[in-house]
Amino acid sequence: MKIIIAGDGKVGAILTRQLSAEGYDLTLIDANLKVLESTEERYDIMAVQGNCASMEVLEQAGIREADLLIAVTNADEVNLLCCMTAHGMNPDIHTIARIRNPEYTEQIYKMQNLFALSMMINPERQAALEIERLLKYPGFLKRDTFAKGRVEIVELRVEAGHKLCNIALNDLYNIVKCKILVCTVIRNGKAVAPGGNFVLMEGDRIFVTAPANVLTMLLKNLGIITHKVKRVILCGGGRVSYYLAQSLIKNGIGVQIVEQDYDRCIQLANALPQASVIHGDASREFLLDNEGISDCDALVTLTGVDEMNIIISLYGSSCKVPQIITKLGRLENNTILDTLPIGSIISPKELSCNHIVRYVRAMENQTGAALTIHTIADGQAEAVEFMVDKDTLHCGEPLKKLKLKKNVLIVCIMHGMKLDIPNGDSCFEYGDTVIVVTGAGRVVYQLNDIFE
Amino acid sequence: MNYKMMGRFIGHILLVEAVFMVVPLIISLFHDEDIVCIGFAASLCVILAVALLLLVLCRGSKRSFKAREGLVCVGVSWIVMSLLGCLPFYISREIPSYLDALFETVSGFTTTGASILSEVEELSMSILYWRSFTHWLGGMGVLVFVLAVGAFGERSKGFTVHLLRAESPGPQVGKLVPKMKKTAEILYLIYIVLTIVNIAFLLLGGMPLFDAVCTAFGTAGTGGFGIKNDSIAGYSPYIQNVCTVFMLLFGVNFSCYYLLLLRQFYSVLKDEELRLYLGVVIGSIVLITLDVRGFYGTLGETVRHAAFQVASIVTTTGFATTDFDLWPDFSKAVILGLMVIGACAGSTGGGFKCARILIVVRGLRRNLRRAISPQKVQVVRINNHMIDEKVLENANAYLAAYVLILFFSFILVSVDQFSITTNFTAVLSCFNNIGPGLEAVGPTCNYGDFSWLSKLVLIVDMLAGRLEIFPILILFSRSTWGVFSRKSG
Repeated sequence: MKIIIAGDGKVGAILTRQLSAEGYDLTLIDANLKVLESTEERYDIMAVQGNCASMEVLEQAGIREADLLIAVTNADEVNLLCCMTAHGMNPDIHTIARIRNPEYTEQIYKMQNLFALSMMINPERQAALEIERLLKYPGFLKRDTFAKGRVEIVELRVEAGHKLCNIALNDLYNIVKCKILVCTVIRNGKAVAPGGNFVLMEGDRIFVTAPANVLTMLLKNLGIITHKVKRVILCGGGRVSYYLAQSLIKNGIGVQIVEQDYDRCIQLANALPQASVIHGDASREFLLDNEGISDCDALVTLTGVDEMNIIISLYGSSCKVPQIITKLGRLENNTILDTLPIGSIISPKELSCNHIVRYVRAMENQTGAALTIHTIADGQAEAVEFMVDKDTLHCGEPLKKLKLKKNVLIVCIMHGMKLDIPNGDSCFEYGDTVIVVTGAGRVVYQLNDIFE
Repeated sequence: MNYKMMGRFIGHILLVEAVFMVVPLIISLFHDEDIVCIGFAASLCVILAVALLLLVLCRGSKRSFKAREGLVCVGVSWIVMSLLGCLPFYISREIPSYLDALFETVSGFTTTGASILSEVEELSMSILYWRSFTHWLGGMGVLVFVLAVGAFGERSKGFTVHLLRAESPGPQVGKLVPKMKKTAEILYLIYIVLTIVNIAFLLLGGMPLFDAVCTAFGTAGTGGFGIKNDSIAGYSPYIQNVCTVFMLLFGVNFSCYYLLLLRQFYSVLKDEELRLYLGVVIGSIVLITLDVRGFYGTLGETVRHAAFQVASIVTTTGFATTDFDLWPDFSKAVILGLMVIGACAGSTGGGFKCARILIVVRGLRRNLRRAISPQKVQVVRINNHMIDEKVLENANAYLAAYVLILFFSFILVSVDQFSITTNFTAVLSCFNNIGPGLEAVGPTCNYGDFSWLSKLVLIVDMLAGRLEIFPILILFSRSTWGVFSRKSG
């Protein structure tokens, strides 16, 4: 499949890495030759320099043969124009545009056909949604939902003195008293597929598959005390903040936004009359103390500078804030971050990349395609949801008899409304939905790919 | 300062005034009112002569205007218009003193309705017509009329918006449509249509045509000159109720009517100023009805009188169906409060304006909160829109100027040996363009007994109140004329 990516920024780079690893024909368009050259050196792609919204450049990039155009330059207008132009030149092409300006959201939703968009992505909005979900269950570092919200894979950290410390996975049921499955463990920055005798240790981050209705019980039995979030401090007043504050206010949660730029403060105060907008530098501890950081329910750091976010989150953790969420633009030095108590990490760019990759894979496989894809364990594993169709092999055979590829695990089977955390005797039937977790580097396009 | 341009404006305004003076001239001819006829004819000649002289002298002016020149122009033109507009009263000897004639005319143009006459019914018909018509013309503004007629029409640049701002009441004046001429046309069209509907309703109630026209003029401009000694009290309850409704209608921001024409009902319903206005009206009617129960025969009559007086005062019209000076003190206090609040911005009414009250109160609340948490950024919002800091500042400055002028006028008027209540309500009433006050200037009394100094002060107050202070205040500013002497010298 031929894919054109317009814009070689951060999202463009992650997409290039991901999609070229999966073996697609990639063409990259960017105005900056230096950036293109360095990308071209690292990946097997074609690069075209120029303005991606111009017909000439699109022609040069081979728009007429391409199947998909992903416009992720930093300007919404350019992305839109690029998609419209491309669609004009090749009516069969699929187009994805990144639109970040909240003022455009509604019109693009209504005029999707006019703008010739197959899909619109808004990283900031997705990040806000993700954060909101995390705030609903304080205690989990990350939540990924499957099967329309009925199953989740949640991330937990095993702290010192925690109930899970030094417990073998076989004995897990005695503690949590509900059916769950640990599908991946990150120890010292490396993802491990654990067996039954695997013993959890302090500092491990575990990824647990669990039905959505046992999450509260799980937290309770693990001894993680949670109460409803009532007051949240947001540091930084960017777009994520705006979206997040908007939906939090709608749910009756008090929001304080700390922003450094006065004009932006005025804008926010106007757009969010119920939020309390504070003008000041969020990295000053004095200011956060004044705003009552020590007794707020959650702290979300959303400034544009990763280092600042980390420092503020560290301060929040020293003030014993129950839940901390940190936004990071780049995720490369994750091994260090593992050792820091900065709560959940959110990367808007990664979120939207996941979204796009899912779309690409769905295009590739019209049948048997993944319903949902989530990258877990810092990108070292992937959880994919499939529908069992009539072409699927091994229907009705117990799992212990199947030969699965290495690093592949079936973590959940849903028979209609019945939900099953599988063991060796479980089996799937035609019409079921299964969730599969795969290890690093292995791409599963269809369900049949998991069998040897 | 672009004096030539100002001269042209005033020339045009005087032309308009002269044209409108033809109607009372015809009425006086028709009724064989000899002296009055001569009075109107002579005034007409004088006004035409001045107008033509100004237009000839100020040929070839530069067509550019700044905000301050707009203010000065509006202030000067209203004064000139009043000085010449009072000539018919004076020449015809219906009002023998020139100062009294001027007071009556200014009271007319500024839609105050404060009169120095004790016997209104003795005036001739054409004079009565002219007296009521000054309300109608002053209500929407003469300059707006000149703009609507299009004297500066197609060739005018952006400057005309300064004139609209200076003459139209309210803290935030904007155009309804891109073209100034069109905006002025729409405003006048709504105004004329509402006036005609008002006349029709009055005629249905069996009012004579002349009375209906004059009363409608007084209502439309929210003026309040009656053509009877007892104002509206002598008419039927139906006519009184029609007046109540139309006074309230003319006190609503005219852009609301425009929105209704555009079928944007929701935004009219959600308008916070309109809600405040209606809330104040209904609240006051209820309070006064409760307070004056027992004064009148039936509950219906009580409500009718309460509603009429509230509508008359809050829209700053000044008609009366009953003497509220006889009411209990609480009701009088409510009436005094209504005098200050006034009608909506962008209406023909005067007063402090509901919109400005909203802005000032919300600004105050914001400042209080800021004192509690200084780092918190808060904005003042009205109708879900942010109010600019400049508008806030202006509203606060307006409040300061309002209080200061009120205070100094009160001191000056107090030189006459009337009671404090009389002096204070006289100033309050004139400054807010209402008409009647309490005690010696109550609904059944008049301003004739004041000294010339007090009358002069009240004339300035009326003009300042109608033009929202700044156009008149700027005339007293040294820098306005200082620039002139340096440039010409």
